[in-house]
Amino acid sequence: MNLTLKIWRQASGDAQGEMKTYPIEDVSPDMSFLEMLDVLNERLTAQGEEPVAFDSDCREGICGMCGLMINGVAHGPEVTTTCQLHMRSFSDGDEITIEPWRASGFPVLRDLCVDRSAFDRIIAAGGYVSVNTGAAPDAHATPVPKENADRAFDAATCISCGACVAACPNGSASLFLGAKITHLAELPQGQAERHSRVLSMVHQHDLEGFGGCTNIGECTAVCPKEIPQDVIATLNHDMRHALWHRV
Amino acid sequence: MVKRPLGWRYGVQVTTTASGRRTGRASTIALKLLMAVTGVVFVLYVLVHMYGNLMAFGGQETFDTYAHHLRELLTPMLPYGGFLWVMRVVLVASLVGHAGAAFALWSRANKARDQRYVVKKAVRATLSSRTMRWGGVALLAFVVFHLLHLTTHTIDPAGTGGDSPYLRLVEGFELWWVTLIYLVAMVALGMHLRHGAFSALQTLGLTSTKKRYRIAQGFGLTLAIVIAGGFSLVPLSVLVGIIQ
Ligand code: HEM
Ligand code: FES
Repeated sequence: MNLTLKIWRQASGDAQGEMKTYPIEDVSPDMSFLEMLDVLNERLTAQGEEPVAFDSDCREGICGMCGLMINGVAHGPEVTTTCQLHMRSFSDGDEITIEPWRASGFPVLRDLCVDRSAFDRIIAAGGYVSVNTGAAPDAHATPVPKENADRAFDAATCISCGACVAACPNGSASLFLGAKITHLAELPQGQAERHSRVLSMVHQHDLEGFGGCTNIGECTAVCPKEIPQDVIATLNHDMRHALWHRV
Repeated sequence: MVKRPLGWRYGVQVTTTASGRRTGRASTIALKLLMAVTGVVFVLYVLVHMYGNLMAFGGQETFDTYAHHLRELLTPMLPYGGFLWVMRVVLVASLVGHAGAAFALWSRANKARDQRYVVKKAVRATLSSRTMRWGGVALLAFVVFHLLHLTTHTIDPAGTGGDSPYLRLVEGFELWWVTLIYLVAMVALGMHLRHGAFSALQTLGLTSTKKRYRIAQGFGLTLAIVIAGGFSLVPLSVLVGIIQ
C-alpha cells in the first residue's frame, strides 16, 4: 500500500520543530509500524537525509521503550504498543500523522524521541520497598490473598511507556502513578511505607510538571497493558489517608 | 520547555520518610480532594433546594410558608434568617475552594502540555467530562444571574415586586426566555454532575474495585437526571400552566 506520512521533525531539544510530509510506497500490511519507519529511514539515509529518530528496544511489547502519537491516538488505532501495531490496521492511501509524546515532563530530545526520565525519578522517590530482603523467601512464608495478588500483578504489568501521559488532556501521569502505588499497596511488603510512599511519589509527580487527573479515562483507553482507571482510586485513597494522618 | 541534564536523575534527593515540602497539601490530589468535598456540599445543598422548589406544586401558601420557615429554622437559638446565613457562608466558602482549585488545576494542566498536538483525538472522554471547566464557568455565571433574580430581586423580569417568593417564581417563569435560561442551566448542571458525582467518588478513592467503579458511573448519571429533572419540573409546569 501507499501512504503519506506527516512526521514531527526536530533536530534537538532546543531546535524549532515542524511537521514534514513523506510519501511512502509499497508498504506491506504485514510490516510492523516501526518496520515501516525503518524502511522510510533506509530511504532517507540513501538520499542523504537525516533519518527519523524514534525509540524502540524489545519490539515485542514488553519493554515500554517505543511510543508514538499516531493520528492523534497514543500507540495508534489498536490497544497495544507501537511496536506491536501492524500496517494492516491502515488502508492504502491513508495519511498518517506521527508526533512525539507531548508533555512538559517529557521534553523532546530529537524528532520522535522524548526524555522519560521523569518516570525514573518518580519511582526513585518511593516506588520500592526499602528493606534488604536477602535471598528469595519461601513462597508460602508471607501469605497473600489471591484477589490482592491478582490486582498487584495486573498493576505491575505497567511498562512505563508514558502513553497515559501522552493521551491525558491534563498531561497527568496518574495512571502510571496509580499502577505503581496499587502494585505495592496490595502486597504485605508495601504496607510499612504506604503513606510516605504516596506523599513522596505524588510530590515528585507534581514537581516534574505533570498535571492533575480529572478522571476522564483517556489514559486507560490507550494503555497497552489495559491498566484500569480504578488504580487511580487506590492512589487517591492512599493520598487521602496519608494527608489525614499528617494533620 | 523544562531543560535538565540527563544525569539529573542520579542526583535526586530521595528520602523514604516524608518531610518538609512533601506534605502534599498543595498537591494536585489535595486540590482535587478539596473539589470533591466542596462538590459533595453543593450536591447536598442542591438536593435540599430542589425539594424546596417542588413545594411550588402545593400552591402559593405552601411555598411561601416553606420560605418563611427556612428563615425561622433553629430560632430562637439562631436569629431570624440566621440559618440561611450559615448556609450562605458555607456555600460561599465551598465555592471559593471549588472554583479556586478548579482554576489552579486548569492552569497546571495547561502548563503540563506546553506544546499542543497537531492531531489529538478523544477516545474515551464524554461530552460531560470534557466540559467540566467551561461548564463550571457557565454554572458560575448562572448562579450570579439566579441570585440577582430570586435572592436580591435586582433583576425582576416580570415586574412582580412585593414579598411573595411564590409570585416572583411563577411570574418569572411565565416569560419563555427566563424559563429557557433556567432550563439551559439545568442541562449544564446535569452534565457537570454526571461526570462530577462519579469523579468525586473516584477522587475520594471509593472506587477501587471494578464493581464499585461501575456503580459510581451509574450513580453519577442517576443523580444528574434526578437533580436536573427535578429542578426543571417547576419552570416547565409554570410554562405549560400546571402551576399558576
Ligand atoms: C463555580 C462554578 C464551578 C466551577 C468553575 C466548577 C468546576 C469544576 C471542575 C473543573 C471540576 C473537576 C472536573 C473533573 O474532575 O473532571 C468540578 C468537579 C465537581 N463539581 Fe464543579 N464547578 C462549579 C460549580 C459546581 C456546582 C454548582 C456543583 C454542584 C451543584 C458542582 C459539583 C461538582 C462535583 C460534585 C464535582 C466532582 C469533584 C471531583 O471531581 O472530585 N460544581 N467542578
Ligand atoms: S519496543 Fe519494547 S514495548 Fe515496544
